[in-house]
Amino acid sequence: MTDATTDAGKLTTADGQSLKKSLHKALRRQKVRALMLIAPLLLFILLSFIAPIFDMLLRSVENDIVPDTIPRTIVALEDWDATSDEAPGEDVFAAFYTDFAIAEEYKSHTRLGSRLNYELTGISSLFRSTGRKVVKFETESYTEQFTAADAAYADPAHWAAWMADDAVRAALPQTADAYDAWSKIVVDLNNDVPSEEVPADFVYTGLYNDLMDGSSVASMPSVDVTAWEPVSLREQFIDANDGWADPAVWSTIKTYGGDYTSGYFLNSVDMQLSGEGVTQRPEDERIYITLFVRTIILSIVITGSCILLGYPIAFLLANLPLRSANVLMILVLLPFWTSLLVRTSAWKVLLQNQGVINDILVWLHIIADDNRLELINNATGTIIAMTHILLPFMILPLYSVMKTISPSYVRAAKSMGANDWTAFWRVYFPNSVPGIGAGSILVFILSIGYYITPELVGGTKGVFISNRIAYHISSSLNWGLAAALGSILLILVLALYWLYDRIVGIDNVKLGG
Amino acid sequence: MKLTKTLLATSALTVAAGAAFADAHMASDMTLVSWGGAYQASQTKAYSEPYMAANSGVNIVWDESSAEAVAKLRAMNESGNITWDLVDVEAADAIRLCDEGLAMEIDHDAMLAAGNDGSTASEDFGDSIISDCFIPQIVFSTTVGYRADMVGDNAPDSICAIFDTETYPGKRALNKRPLANMEWALLCDGVAKDDIYDVLATPEGQDQAFAKLDTIKNDVIWWSAAAETPQLLADGEIVMGSTYNGRLFSAIAEQGQPIGMLWDAQMLDFDGWVIPAGLPEDRLARVLDFVSYATDTQRLADQAAYISYGPARASSAPLVGNHAELGIPMAPHMPTDPNNSKNVFVTQYDFWADYRDDLDAKFQAWLAQ
Repeated sequence: MTDATTDAGKLTTADGQSLKKSLHKALRRQKVRALMLIAPLLLFILLSFIAPIFDMLLRSVENDIVPDTIPRTIVALEDWDATSDEAPGEDVFAAFYTDFAIAEEYKSHTRLGSRLNYELTGISSLFRSTGRKVVKFETESYTEQFTAADAAYADPAHWAAWMADDAVRAALPQTADAYDAWSKIVVDLNNDVPSEEVPADFVYTGLYNDLMDGSSVASMPSVDVTAWEPVSLREQFIDANDGWADPAVWSTIKTYGGDYTSGYFLNSVDMQLSGEGVTQRPEDERIYITLFVRTIILSIVITGSCILLGYPIAFLLANLPLRSANVLMILVLLPFWTSLLVRTSAWKVLLQNQGVINDILVWLHIIADDNRLELINNATGTIIAMTHILLPFMILPLYSVMKTISPSYVRAAKSMGANDWTAFWRVYFPNSVPGIGAGSILVFILSIGYYITPELVGGTKGVFISNRIAYHISSSLNWGLAAALGSILLILVLALYWLYDRIVGIDNVKLGG
Repeated sequence: MKLTKTLLATSALTVAAGAAFADAHMASDMTLVSWGGAYQASQTKAYSEPYMAANSGVNIVWDESSAEAVAKLRAMNESGNITWDLVDVEAADAIRLCDEGLAMEIDHDAMLAAGNDGSTASEDFGDSIISDCFIPQIVFSTTVGYRADMVGDNAPDSICAIFDTETYPGKRALNKRPLANMEWALLCDGVAKDDIYDVLATPEGQDQAFAKLDTIKNDVIWWSAAAETPQLLADGEIVMGSTYNGRLFSAIAEQGQPIGMLWDAQMLDFDGWVIPAGLPEDRLARVLDFVSYATDTQRLADQAAYISYGPARASSAPLVGNHAELGIPMAPHMPTDPNNSKNVFVTQYDFWADYRDDLDAKFQAWLAQ
């Protein structure tokens, strides 16, 4: 390839480049090649793992559905005092009417209702029932009076011409805003041309409000709106559903009007943000702290039982002659290779009231027939089934560490006068602690996020926080809360890992060797 | 002889070419979503197999995701990549999907086959069209099954047996969601049947229902899959439990389990198809062609030969025949049979569409405490 030659004290290659440069180039080529080799995996992990997780976690603070769906209301609510005991006035309801009429066309009012329902139960039904009525509001009378006053108001072409005129738009801001939103609906949803369609009621209502504010435009036929009977939108909404008179509803809308929210995270720890600041949720809605605590306690119990059951087995595996150790190893691995669902269902058969274990105990007269043990659909069921399922994750790291403990250590201890117990406790056990550490971390972290087994055998008292996350993802569709709960779980695991590192030291964890 | 053969072959080719041309604007692949199990099998046998036999080259794939349909359709809608063509959902989910604009609105008379008795599709389906997006398929009911050998001579005849732990000691299985449980709780707490939804709309009424459910909370195993109740009954784990009538039929008639069933205060409900909003034209054309075929009078009656759910069309009822394997008449096992429907609850969809979010949240919190 490139022969290095000396020329005037400077090392160069055969083609005259400096050796340093050439070497650099070759190394870079190597680095690029290495990067290219891992690129598919790196890209795959980035696109299919890191990015979706990041996107999902972002949902825990995202709140743009509120400002996107009712932007005018959010602006109008700025002057309203969230602690007032009176629903806001006519101007807020006027803005809300425009927003709501537009949202109803896009059917986004139902999603907004569901979103706000997470913060105040009852809002969802309020939005949905009002959605059916908002098209029947009496604002129709404005439309009729405008079109009766001058036929030009009923002519789509006239409207298009007025709204193309900047002077008119400046003089009639609410009308222009409503007309723009309406023409977007016409184009987006109906595939029609705005200049051929008569505007919707809320555009006329906007015009009425503009004219009542004192605006006037010379190019439009003059109409004296002050003589008309005003339609109170506040009353219209409250007639449709008296929930709109409740200041708590408006306080919730105002509080959750921003692009980002802390609502989901607060909800995850049984708190809520209201007009008065952060408070605890009502008692009958507090469940998440209980669930987090239960998840951690049960995971610790499961890890503990795995150590108790796994340690002797790993010890036997490491110290028996190879032939019997191999048989034992297969017994450990066989359940490991069996489907998780099969194993969980098998536990159902064993543990249930009329199941194998209870039947045997009754047959042995240990318990009475009418007093069978409750081993399933509660925390006991979760602990038993999960301990069994996670046991290999404790045994395998323990075994691989114990395998490396030289038998001569114990022999040396004994030769110096230690009895069996002392030799084990003072010499063997300390050497196996890194295996316990590795197994515990594996079992604990796996169990804290376990989902299927608690769902099947846990009833209502043995379910974990992950079951709630799954519920919010697939049933209640409260993805923001699911993301917040997931983030907290992730942070919790990282914190515990850090704590473990501080106390035990991560260098003391061995998966083998 | 040779000439006729050639002629025949040519005309066959022409017909085939014509058919191919007519199909050119229809997609040939279709993904249907359903619930799996015996129900999906009945759909395969009654709808998709005959359809594929009649339309060669069409390939139908099934996805068993109906339980998560709302969540997945929402995710597909957000990502703009809709991979499903037709989704089997419960009526309450159909309303929700329609409300959120995730399902396409249907013109029932224009898109679906008319009844074989001359009625238009919307007359034929009648009340089962509970949403503009919903293409009804079956009528089913949530009802209660009990262990005949565990209740002795004292077989229950009222839904309130669920709350009567003195006469019927033992565990009960109930659905892990408010629908049906809340109504039954109020009914058995003395609320008149006609007032139940008015009461349930108030916070006091909801508290009353939860208070009634509290009395049996420790005796309940909550199920999330309808197959759990027949299994728990068969194992003798529970004395009674709610599930769908078709599940009880198959446990009793097909497996011969010692199970009896109550038709009292059964909650009638509908199940049907929705078409996801925003399908490309060729796929939509194929789906509409399929759904019009799969919900005609004969096909809906055919399905009842495989599972004991009633066809949603009135005109299908007289055509319901015998069970495909057992040979027993299916009509007496339909929830709509006059003997069974003496005391029926028709699920109020307007109510549940409005209050589902509220009640679900309260119910789940109540369960977790």
